[in-house]
Amino acid sequence: MEQKTKVNAQDDKQEIIITRLFDLPLEHLFKAYEEPELIEQWMETKVVKLENKKHGSYAFETSHNGQVVFRSNGTIHEFIPNVRITRTFEMEDTSFPVQLEYLEFEKIANSKSKLTMHIIFKSISDRNQLLQMPFAYGINQAHNRIQHLGTQLK
Amino acid sequence: MNLRRDVFQAIADPTRRSILLLLTTQAMSAGAIAVNFNTARPTVSKHLQILTACELLKPEQNGREIYYYLNLEKMKEVADFIEPFRKIWEKRFDKLESVMKNYKMK
Repeated sequence: MEQKTKVNAQDDKQEIIITRLFDLPLEHLFKAYEEPELIEQWMETKVVKLENKKHGSYAFETSHNGQVVFRSNGTIHEFIPNVRITRTFEMEDTSFPVQLEYLEFEKIANSKSKLTMHIIFKSISDRNQLLQMPFAYGINQAHNRIQHLGTQLK
Repeated sequence: MNLRRDVFQAIADPTRRSILLLLTTQAMSAGAIAVNFNTARPTVSKHLQILTACELLKPEQNGREIYYYLNLEKMKEVADFIEPFRKIWEKRFDKLESVMKNYKMK
């Protein structure tokens, strides 16, 4: 079966392209990025701030057992409903430089849509470092990692 | 030496990628590899050294010649780098899809 989510990372480019086909109408897919309460459900993070407009900004915060374990934020440069979101993304309290994200939303059929996420990094090595530490990016994975380390210490 | 980092440096070079591609069909000696490139023999040797150092190639003495083999396990590791990252997004997007299937548009 063909994979629904594809990641393309060329060795000689400081970028990653993630594509995903959804069994959802385009408007539903975009809505999932627009409404804070929906983002909270699928990203499993708290939306502290979200201003969907040019020069707006956002901040996410993830807690685990009452403790904040991951914070991220960014600035929105373009917000065109059902078409595109251009934004920066920063992971707080990490050494990862800010990255630039282009999110393109496309209608494929009445209830099929496609998201293309084009992420640009400061350098190839920053990109590779992130790929090698996916748990740094994944929020739940951060917990798993911490738990895993915790069990190893016992 | 940080091998993890070096594997990526190794495959970032186009000549080294060509060498790896060349060796996917068969093991070859340094001389046989070199004739495929317009670069000096010592340059090719240097590339082979780097690829061997980060374990992408395995050299094996065969009579008077050293033959280079692809270390498939290591190559697989390079490809696997992307997989955990892809899985995170797959899981997240699956969640998005299920949340939105239950959502009634206002």
